[in-house]
Amino acid sequence: MFSIFTKLADFCVYYVFGLEQGTQLASSLHFFIEDVTKIYALLIVMIYSIGWLRASLDVERVREYLIGKPRIWGYLAGSAFGAITPFCSCSSIPLFLGFTQARIPLGITMAFLITSPIINEVAIVLLGSLLGIKFMLLYIGFGLLAGILGGMILDLLKAECYLTPLVQKVREAGVDGVSQDARVSLSVRDRHIFAKGELGSIFIRVWKWVLLGVGLGAVLHGYVPETYIVEHLGRGQWWSVPGAVLLGIPLYSNASGIIPVAESLLGKGLPVGTTLAFMLSTVAASFPEFMLLKQVMKPRLLLYFFLILVSMFTLIGWIMNMMNF
Amino acid sequence: MKKIQILGTGCSKCNQLGANARQAAEIAGIEYEIEKVTDIVEISKMGVISTPALVIDGNIVSTGKLLKPEKIKAFLV
Repeated sequence: MFSIFTKLADFCVYYVFGLEQGTQLASSLHFFIEDVTKIYALLIVMIYSIGWLRASLDVERVREYLIGKPRIWGYLAGSAFGAITPFCSCSSIPLFLGFTQARIPLGITMAFLITSPIINEVAIVLLGSLLGIKFMLLYIGFGLLAGILGGMILDLLKAECYLTPLVQKVREAGVDGVSQDARVSLSVRDRHIFAKGELGSIFIRVWKWVLLGVGLGAVLHGYVPETYIVEHLGRGQWWSVPGAVLLGIPLYSNASGIIPVAESLLGKGLPVGTTLAFMLSTVAASFPEFMLLKQVMKPRLLLYFFLILVSMFTLIGWIMNMMNF
Repeated sequence: MKKIQILGTGCSKCNQLGANARQAAEIAGIEYEIEKVTDIVEISKMGVISTPALVIDGNIVSTGKLLKPEKIKAFLV
């Protein structure tokens, strides 16, 4: 199915540019052209299709559903909804406050917020097509697990005690009786408009990351010798996993940027566990997000959150390396 | 006079929604005032949990979506 992109890259690199097969430049350029075109094509199809399916799902409905649910189920549902609900991370704080006001346990809210950036249609598409179904399923599984466990642990640590005064202030302010329009069911045309809108906004946000990520991946692919990575990091040295995680957390990247890089790294012999740990930690958290969370979490809680993420992703990396996938 | 409020913490979507709303009001030819609400406490008080949100004359018309001017205009007339 994807051979058309290989052929396109072949055509451009060997015919149009006339480069020699096997050189580093040819190798890099081929990787770049093939991956960029393939990713763009897939993104367009998948964002639209998933947008279509998701048009009627929104966070208000999720909140209604989660109210009063027993904890264990709440973590699972919170995480699962985080994976599938269209959600802009700039909305993180309003959502956090809204869920908290509805007396939804903090851990469940965090399960949603942890999984949300990890699992999205962009990530799924790219993983499945570039790294294979197995890797994609692993990523999804661990993304959900990170949300569930993260939420659970935060509740066990009584995270609710470490929220900022702002949260209490919002709780006390309550909600004015602002009326909300009755929810109407969506027609085919409505769905199309939503899906098209999603395609536009997501693609605009993401196309540069793809170029950056594939560019980086292409450089790695063509210019970094396989032996280097295999020698220094290839045996899943224990410190390489937490190292990858600590590198990944402050980095900000969309899934679309990091996956082509991961593809290159894997191809050069970086172990599956290390790669997975790096990917998860890059997309799950970032400086901007921690800045947002600072408004509702006291420093101590932010630290707990950071440590929980680092531990979970490191463990995932170690386990996967040990299991020799 | 229609009171249009754009609720959002300041990301590009919120700004775009504001621009679209202004455009819609101009096309509709109505009298309007636009207010941007960026204070988190205010946004929560209005019961909004996903931004950007559009509120017209006190009614929440849309949340979490970036509406095109045509769609906004439909709410204004």
